[in-house]
Amino acid sequence: MKRRVVITGMGIYSCLGKNLEEVCKSLYEGKSGIVLDPSRRELGFRSGLTAHLEMPNLKGILSRNQRVYMAEQCHYAYVATAEALKNAKMDPDWLAAREVGLLYGNDSSAAAVMKSIDTMRDKRDTTMIGSGAIFQSMNSTVSMNLSCIFKLRGINLTISGACASGSHAIGLGRMLIQSGLQECVVCGGAQEVNPCSIGSFDGINAFSIRESEPCKASRPFDRDRDGLVPGGGAATVVIESYESAVKRGADVLAEITGYGFSSNGDHISVPNVDGPSRSLQMAISEAGIDIRDIGYVNAHATSTPVGDANEAKAIANVFGSHRPEITSTKSMTGHEMWMAGASEIVYSMLMMKNGFIAPNLNFENPDEDSGKLNIPAVRVNRNFDTFLSNSFGFGGTNSTLIVKNIK
Amino acid sequence: MEKTKLIDRVNGALAEEFEIEASMLVPGANIKDTLDIDSLGLVDMVALVESLFGIKIQAHEMAGILTFENLYDYIYNNVKDK
Repeated sequence: MKRRVVITGMGIYSCLGKNLEEVCKSLYEGKSGIVLDPSRRELGFRSGLTAHLEMPNLKGILSRNQRVYMAEQCHYAYVATAEALKNAKMDPDWLAAREVGLLYGNDSSAAAVMKSIDTMRDKRDTTMIGSGAIFQSMNSTVSMNLSCIFKLRGINLTISGACASGSHAIGLGRMLIQSGLQECVVCGGAQEVNPCSIGSFDGINAFSIRESEPCKASRPFDRDRDGLVPGGGAATVVIESYESAVKRGADVLAEITGYGFSSNGDHISVPNVDGPSRSLQMAISEAGIDIRDIGYVNAHATSTPVGDANEAKAIANVFGSHRPEITSTKSMTGHEMWMAGASEIVYSMLMMKNGFIAPNLNFENPDEDSGKLNIPAVRVNRNFDTFLSNSFGFGGTNSTLIVKNIK
Repeated sequence: MEKTKLIDRVNGALAEEFEIEASMLVPGANIKDTLDIDSLGLVDMVALVESLFGIKIQAHEMAGILTFENLYDYIYNNVKDK
C-alpha cells in the first residue's frame, strides 16, 4: 500500500511577488510581471523581453561565508524555501532531528560559469576566480546550498529535466515518500534571470518580439502568439507523508494524488501530442479519479506556436467532453523554465485555496486548437478541489501532477 | 608605500569582504579565526590581496602566513611599489 503524500508548506519568489501573499494578490488581479530590458538588445538579443524581479538582499540574514557559494538562483530558492518551511511550521530543531530530503529542479548556472571563465581568461590565474565559483557553477548549486543552510540530512539531489525540472522534483519526491524511503522532502525549482542563461535560447528565435507591449507579449493559446518570454525565480513546496503531517499536527494543505511522466522520443525541441497525452493519462490513471473531478488545468503553454497547439490537442484528446477551465500562468510570469513546474503548483494551490482562477492574459482570439478548450481571459471566481498541472521540456520530457484540496 | 598605509588598505578590504569590524584586525590575531574562514575562505583572502597589490602568493607560502602581521610583512616585502 503506497503512502499518501501531502503538501504542508509553500514558498515563492517570482516576478509576481516576493512571498505567497504578494503573489496571490498579483494572480487575483491578473498582473503581468513582464518588462523590456533594453540592455539585452545591446548584447545582440533578438528580444529584450523578460520577467522582472529584484535580487533578494540576504546580507544580515545569511553570513558572507554562506552567501559566497550561492549562485543567483540560490538566493531566490533560499527565500522561497525559508517561507515554505515557515509555512510548514518546521523549525531548525525539527529538521535537525530528522532525515528531511531535498529535491530541487535546476538546469543551468550560466552566469556563474561565465563569470568564472571571464576571470580565468582575464587574469590567467585560477586563484582569482575565488572559492565560491565552483559551487555556484554546478547544476546542483541550489540543492547543495539549501541542504547546507537548512541542515537537511535526507536525499540531496538536483533534478535537471529542462522545463519540467520543478515538476519532476515534486513527483519524484512524492515517490520517495510513497515508498517509505523518506518521510518529508523539500521540493522545488529555481531559475536564474540573466542574459547569460538565455542568450542561446534567444538565438533559436524562441522568444516573443512583441517589445512594444511587454505585458501583452506572453499570450499562451492566443492565435497571435509569437514566442515565449523568459522568466525565473524560485518556488518550494514541502511534502510529507500524511502520517507525518498528522503526527506533528501540521496544516495539511493538499494531497498530491497523481504523477505522470513520459518522454516524446522524438525531436529535441519540437513537442508532439503523443508524449504529453501519455503523461496526462498516466497521472489521471494513477490518481484513480474521475476526470470530471478535475476543476482546473494549469497548462504548460509557453506562448510558442507549436507547443501550445500540441498541448491543446493533448488536453482536448484526454479530457474529451469535460471542459474545465484551462489557463497558463505563464501569461503573467513568462516561462519560468526550471522553476515552472514547482511555481505553477504554488500558483495553482493559491488559486485553489482562495477560490479563483487567474486569467489567461492576452487570450484574445483562439486558434483551431485552443478554441476547443475552456480558456478564460478574465479571472473566474470559483472554487475547485482538484487541479492538474502540466510541465514539458526540451528533449521531450513531460511531467504531470494532480493535486487535491484538503480543507 | 608606507607600511601603515598598506595595513590600512589591507584591513579595509578584508573588513569589507569578510564583513567584520576593521578593529578586529590586529597584527597578532590569527587570520582564519578572525575572519571566520576555512581553507576555502583563505583562497578568497589570497585572491583579494593579489588583486589589491598585483602580487602572487604561492600556495606553499601560505604556510608561513598565519597572523595578520605575517600577511602585512609578506605584502610589504613583495610589493614592488613601496
